[in-house]
Amino acid sequence: MATVSLTVNGKAVTANVDPRTLLVQLLRENLRLTGTHVGCDTSQCGACVVHLDGKAVKSCTTLALSVDGATVTTIEGLAVNGVLHPMQEAFREHHGLQCGYCTPGMIMAAVDMVSRRGHSLDEATIRDDLDGNICRCTGYHNIVKAIAAGAEAMGKAATPTRKAAE
Amino acid sequence: MSATGIGAAVRRKEDHRFITGQGRYTDDINRPGQTYAYFLRSPHAHATLNRIDAKAAATMPGVLGIYTGEDLAADKIGGLICGWMIHNKDGSPMRAGSHPALAQGKVRYVGDHVAVVVAETLAQARDAAEAISVDYGVLPAVVDTASAASSKTQVHAESADNTVFNWHLGDKAATEKAFKAAKHVTKLDLVNNRLVPNPMEPRAAVGDYDQGEGAFTLYTTSQNPHVARLVLSAFIGIAPENKLRVVAPDVGGGFGSKIFIYAEETVCVWAAKKVGRPVKWTSDRTEAFLSDAHGRDHVTHAELATDADGKMIGMRVKTTANLGAYLSTFSSSVPTYLYAPLLSGQYDIPAIYCEVDAVYTNTAPVDAYRGAGRPEATFVVERLVEIAARELGKDPAKFRMQNYIKKFPHQTPVIMMYDTGNYAASMKKALEIIDYKGLAKRKRDSARNGKLRGIGFSSYIEACGIAPSAAVGSLGAGVGLWESAEVRVNPVGTVEVLTGSHSHGQGHETTFAQLVSDRLGIPIENVSIIHGDTDKVQMGMGTYGSRSGAVGMSAIAKAVDKVIAKGKKVAAYVLEADEADIDFKDGNFHVKGTDKTLDFGSCALQAYIAHKFNGQDLEPGLKEGAFYDPTNFTFPAGVHICEVEIDPETGITRIERWAAVDDFGIVINPMIVEGQVHGGIAQGVGQALLEGARYNQDGQLVTASFMDYCMPRADDLPSFDVGMTVTPCPSNPLGIKGCGEAGAIASPPAVINAITDALGHEEVTMPATPQVVWRAAQKSIKRMAAE
Ligand code: FES
Ligand code: FES
Repeated sequence: MATVSLTVNGKAVTANVDPRTLLVQLLRENLRLTGTHVGCDTSQCGACVVHLDGKAVKSCTTLALSVDGATVTTIEGLAVNGVLHPMQEAFREHHGLQCGYCTPGMIMAAVDMVSRRGHSLDEATIRDDLDGNICRCTGYHNIVKAIAAGAEAMGKAATPTRKAAE
Repeated sequence: MSATGIGAAVRRKEDHRFITGQGRYTDDINRPGQTYAYFLRSPHAHATLNRIDAKAAATMPGVLGIYTGEDLAADKIGGLICGWMIHNKDGSPMRAGSHPALAQGKVRYVGDHVAVVVAETLAQARDAAEAISVDYGVLPAVVDTASAASSKTQVHAESADNTVFNWHLGDKAATEKAFKAAKHVTKLDLVNNRLVPNPMEPRAAVGDYDQGEGAFTLYTTSQNPHVARLVLSAFIGIAPENKLRVVAPDVGGGFGSKIFIYAEETVCVWAAKKVGRPVKWTSDRTEAFLSDAHGRDHVTHAELATDADGKMIGMRVKTTANLGAYLSTFSSSVPTYLYAPLLSGQYDIPAIYCEVDAVYTNTAPVDAYRGAGRPEATFVVERLVEIAARELGKDPAKFRMQNYIKKFPHQTPVIMMYDTGNYAASMKKALEIIDYKGLAKRKRDSARNGKLRGIGFSSYIEACGIAPSAAVGSLGAGVGLWESAEVRVNPVGTVEVLTGSHSHGQGHETTFAQLVSDRLGIPIENVSIIHGDTDKVQMGMGTYGSRSGAVGMSAIAKAVDKVIAKGKKVAAYVLEADEADIDFKDGNFHVKGTDKTLDFGSCALQAYIAHKFNGQDLEPGLKEGAFYDPTNFTFPAGVHICEVEIDPETGITRIERWAAVDDFGIVINPMIVEGQVHGGIAQGVGQALLEGARYNQDGQLVTASFMDYCMPRADDLPSFDVGMTVTPCPSNPLGIKGCGEAGAIASPPAVINAITDALGHEEVTMPATPQVVWRAAQKSIKRMAAE
């Protein structure tokens, strides 16, 4: 067993884990943050995407011990003080989810996409950039619409970030 | 129409929990003292199990129990069942091989269940499983669908020729006669490729046993928890139904694959009592590929006869369907009653005859996958019709319209009585959306860029809300296909609706609430939908076959109407009027011709305090239940048109346009319905272009991960133009037909018809990967050069 300390959704946490523990297991099993999902075992589906020091990573392919000292944001930490993030709002408004299983990873990936590629995202860009996330329910049609709208909304709203809120 | 009523695009009530990470899926559930199960699976497709030695494994750290098929047998736990009896042509019953939850004596496919290890942690269970030594007597494997019946290797002792059944439907003599009279016969050989459903949430189970009560609870990823309880109780023998609770919480997609009662769930709930602690199992993706029921896998020869005017006069079809190593829960119904009765499509064809041979192979069991039999039928019909139009030199849209059924009700020669429809209306609308007139120019533009452009049509029909129960019973179903609902009104006028339908992405919490709020005239926030727990909902048949709207919501409507009827009685006492003079409108009971009213909430309160009436004359309370059994199947139908552009240099097919016009009858929430169409099309495009489960000769699944099995991703698909036409369904009180499977049914032939149109020949198989299309394009180029 080994100790890992990190900040998750603004809270300092320390856990004692088996060295083979993955970040997603730490989140789901030790911290009971079950919003981050596991959809595959080959790093293909993106259901497990979280932000690690502000960048999207697949938490199923990240060893928990490797993130010692890092800051992690999961889907549970995206809304600030009960106010939904514009990307969360956009997914609901545009029916970007059905069963909801891929959704946390989609939203986390989408927020990261905006931070890399800006607020004005056309369909081709979104489709191309989303190739690390699989959804079996929606056919992506409404996810694409949701991301475009969410990106725009993030630009308009002075998006409350966790840092600003703190 | 109100902002939240029937027909409104209400945003989903369930979404808040999903977008904030608060969904509650089976793997999110953790019970105190929980242990973990790991299944040791067969690495061989076919082998005798000579000896299982778990001595060393049993002493490994954390191990609480290791169990095999013998332990299940010792506890008199029965095998998994197939709930639909099919009879052979000669009237004899199908040959069902035994299907133990943990293998006994033999393993029959890679991934078959050899033993289960229960340990303190998943890692310990997995480590111990690796230490179990199994002596396998490896046997040759039967893999190929077409040749399984002639193989010397036998999958089950019960079937000498690996045949489950030889079944047929239709009038053979009349069909032969039609073919003799035909001016032209179109012939087609096709393979409907095997698919893996792959809902994004893998299957999972948590079994729990309460020693004090002697009662089990199973949390599981099920589309139909009551059916699971029925089977686990009555057939497998886990516990009587009153001692077995099945909970299907949030479920991350199903597409059919979570209808069935599998080995893992069965073993988890049984093992919870064995080890005296809760037992959890969560499938990883590779296990899902190996052991979830697969879909499709047909080999078919089909022929269509037309007369001198181009009128369709007969169809004959011969199909071999691969059902895998064991008969899964509803497998036998899929290539029979969910397939052949749809072969008439939207067309007036007087004579149809279909023969189906179902075979065992050493592959994963095959069962219903989105559409279940209907995509297979539609692929046969729409490929045949498209090719016939080409051979006859007719415009494919006009040829279809010429042969459409135009008068309803229409009795097909293959069981179905179509109740209503307007097929030409959908076709005309789809032609407009796709801009059919502009096609020739678009083709020329593509050709100028060295590309090949093609258009493909698909006029599909499906049968949903399979019913009435007596009719499906006569076709061999082991269950009734009604639905139940209970409407509980609280004393403050809020409402809980308990439904036997199950939502795993369909948005029932919203659409069902829309219906109830609309009928009762109360705010949608005041309505909660409860489903997925056998302790709460008394009974139900679950969600599959696009039945929840037509059947599930009809049951709710019936119960709501009973609530209103009871409310009128209460209101009559309170308003001191005759019951016959009470009206109910917009959430108010009022006395006709007066201004005396009682709002719904006040009526509920009066029903519970029971001060205004004598409890002997009228029962207190406001709660009603209903079971609803429809009068017929429903028949959603529509036209999808796909336009593709192919790069002959790379074989890459891009879908440039997609027009979908569907008639789902009355639509409750168009936003949700369109979402179902999008998702269905994506799965159908996946089948047509990308997906294919492949076993090698030894029966190894070589496509057992997302690296090897190509799931449709965002950049494989276009946006879709979705339109609707409406003919209300006369077979249920709401006029709903169902929309869940249409996209997956319609789309594969639309794609392949478009590709073959672009290439100018028919030799394209599914999945039409770049390699397949590139080869086919080289053939086209050669032919063009020769001409
Ligand atoms: S679970 Fe991480 S990519 Fe699939
Ligand atoms: S919403 Fe179900 S997988 Fe995306």
